[in-house]
Amino acid sequence: MPAAPGGGPLAGIRVVELASEHAAFAGKLLAGLGADVVVVEPPGGHASRAFGPFADDRPGPERSLWWWHYNAGKRGVVLDLEAEGELLRRLVAGADVVLEGEPPGRLAALGLDHDVLRAGEEGLIWVSVTPFGRDGPRSGEVATDLTVLAGGGPVWSCGYDDHSLPPVRGGGNQGYHTASLWAVMATLTAVVNRDLGGSGQHLDVSMHAAANVTTEAATYEWLVAGRTVQRQTGRHAAVTPSMNVNVVAADGRGITSGVPPRTAEQFRRVLGWLDELGLRDQVDDEVFLEMGTQIEGVLPLWEVGVDPELTAIFAAGRQALTVIATHLPAEEFFVQAQRLGLACGAILAPEEVIGNEHFVARGFPVPLPQSEVGRDVVHPGAPFRMSATPWRLSRPAPRLGEHDAEVLGPLWAPARRPG
Amino acid sequence: MATAGHAAGADAPSHEVPPRRAALAGLRVCDFTGQLAGAGATRFLAAMGAQVIRVEDPVRRGGWDILRGAPPFVDERRGIELGGAFNNHNVEKLGVTVNLRTEAGRRLARRLLAVSDVLTENFAAGVMDRLGLSYDEVRAVRPDIVYVANSGFGATGPYAPFKTWGPIVQACCGLTFESGLRDLPTAGWGFSYMDHHGASFMAIAVLAALVHRNRTGEGQYVDMSCTDAGATLTGPELLDFTVNGRPLRRPGMPDSNHSTSPAMAPHNIYPAAGDDAWVAIACRDDADWERLAGAVGEGWARQPRFATLAGRMGAEDDLDRAVAGWTAGRDRFAVAGLLQQAGVPAAAVTRPEDRIEHDPATAAWGLWPVVEHPEMGRVRVDGIPVHLSATDWRIERAAPLLGQHNREVFCGILGLDEGELAALRAEGVV
Repeated sequence: MPAAPGGGPLAGIRVVELASEHAAFAGKLLAGLGADVVVVEPPGGHASRAFGPFADDRPGPERSLWWWHYNAGKRGVVLDLEAEGELLRRLVAGADVVLEGEPPGRLAALGLDHDVLRAGEEGLIWVSVTPFGRDGPRSGEVATDLTVLAGGGPVWSCGYDDHSLPPVRGGGNQGYHTASLWAVMATLTAVVNRDLGGSGQHLDVSMHAAANVTTEAATYEWLVAGRTVQRQTGRHAAVTPSMNVNVVAADGRGITSGVPPRTAEQFRRVLGWLDELGLRDQVDDEVFLEMGTQIEGVLPLWEVGVDPELTAIFAAGRQALTVIATHLPAEEFFVQAQRLGLACGAILAPEEVIGNEHFVARGFPVPLPQSEVGRDVVHPGAPFRMSATPWRLSRPAPRLGEHDAEVLGPLWAPARRPG
Repeated sequence: MATAGHAAGADAPSHEVPPRRAALAGLRVCDFTGQLAGAGATRFLAAMGAQVIRVEDPVRRGGWDILRGAPPFVDERRGIELGGAFNNHNVEKLGVTVNLRTEAGRRLARRLLAVSDVLTENFAAGVMDRLGLSYDEVRAVRPDIVYVANSGFGATGPYAPFKTWGPIVQACCGLTFESGLRDLPTAGWGFSYMDHHGASFMAIAVLAALVHRNRTGEGQYVDMSCTDAGATLTGPELLDFTVNGRPLRRPGMPDSNHSTSPAMAPHNIYPAAGDDAWVAIACRDDADWERLAGAVGEGWARQPRFATLAGRMGAEDDLDRAVAGWTAGRDRFAVAGLLQQAGVPAAAVTRPEDRIEHDPATAAWGLWPVVEHPEMGRVRVDGIPVHLSATDWRIERAAPLLGQHNREVFCGILGLDEGELAALRAEGVV
């Protein structure tokens, strides 16, 4: 197996990934860090090749944007686990990491589970990503991203002030991403441990457990104080209701007023901004803004909703930003507020992020040649910038069986592939 | 006591816990992080056995991290040693104080860095430079240091000086926009999702750089922007724009309780019996639907137009009404249980109490370890959602009190004597 191109921090690390929906992002991260990731698909291709959207809206196994996104940077082979277990054994024998998301019990039934394939492979790190872990009282349950986030906690905290509306699943497969991130953290931990003299081992990742510890205050309000947070539109679920923060700006796009002024200087700047736009007469509580300019130190967030005067001052700052935002385009409001030192944000759609001046300046959009459409396709780029071993998307996602010959060829010789 | 391990719950006797080999034993992290987006990263490293030394400011009494004195609290007491979130995010770490405004403080920090493998920080861009702890200055005392800087927009680019917290990051990276109900304003995230994953990506950066250092002897600097990291979590919907020119900002979007990628129906959060009670149901394919229809056993589920995915997607509103009509009078756990028994993905929308107190899966996992805090008493905290068969995690120690480990670190690691430590105290350096 040739070494992975590029010089990422994981250069020389070989990963065999059994294609799945929920751990595909973990494999992509490892590939971006320089590991040689070979994704193994069943004959006919993995189910996610049928997930839309499709390039030019023409469905087909080589046109799934899901597949393109989650498998960029990997090589790909087709291998029938049911009939070609021996081939998998040989592939795994040269690997450092196996990443799989098979339902608990399936690999054992095929005689291909980690306890069997790790025998004689002292250093092999085997990572299983499953809905509820490999064993335990709920390991037989089935899940999707939606049910993971609903049953694991995040959904309870997301949605609208109006509780006759259902709570909301945060979009974009975040239940899968959450499990994948924990899987990569643990995998790299095991690699470091092995490099320092440890052995290989089995890593058991529970998507349900991962969601449970990715809820911020919802969990520790309960653990520490026995209190239950309640969801609110566009802001932190909380025990004590807070003011609205999301505002529709003059161009119809959203902003979040984030952390409103909390120091005397910030209140002075907001008053100055109101004057500059001629909007001072549109705020109801100018007197509290003036009081804000007398604050000593920083207004403590946890007094908001507790101390009446501080609450009124805080609210007046938020209202002033709301008034300003409704008179400016969203991105202009965001940039100007930030230049005044106020942590506000514009609610950008993904397509606005990829073209945004800041992301472009950091080299975040990454073009990859994509033969199916005969042009380069822009992908999201590096999650962080490493000075010595940069993250890199080395290739577009593999076509079905694209690397069969170069990866499996040398392994076939001793045992001819059926057919 | 607290423990990790499949079988060992929070109250299991300690003799049943096998001797532990820590995965990251021997690694030292000099930690200037705070909040969750930074502290969460070093929390993971500490749970895996790294020695994480959290450096705090004695002048502002740890005020770099607003969570130190922030709620939740265990009782009516308030103060910098009583913040529940701070305790949660800083378990298993040591805590020291160093006044970095003083030259003596900077010297002390550099001595500590000279014997550290990793420096982590998540100040606003530029702060570490002003403190005399830039990458070049640290590299001068520790050439192979792994230096990971995490900020809202990173160290370069036009937004580098901008300030963020989780909701700002989420807004500016596309995640907020992706979350909401059809034809309503975005709902976004009801918590700092990207503080969790700012921490996840930061831990990944540290570990990846350590892999490289351990193999080559070369350290490096990592510039992490939480908004860049967050933008990697938008995928197929972003390519729909870069490939097909179709923006997500279009009528009817976002619609994140439904699923078109992959196409699934029914796929929604439905009302159940009781106040603010809901159940999530997802049929991955026609076979799931067939199983659901069998479990439901009512005529509406046997309508021919619902038999195929295309039919169900085309009549999604009718389908949602029909499913909601069936779930609305039923207990959310009973619905989920019935469908799971039939092999259909379903889950009650759980409240914190449900999943923390009454879920056999989180209990069996040991997901809520207990730490003994000198001021707060016994407190449960988040565990780790991965078990490692040879070198599992451990969370037993509470977050450090301010300067709790000054003697252990400055005398035990740096070799200062009691007189030198007393002098540093007297000068306000620690």
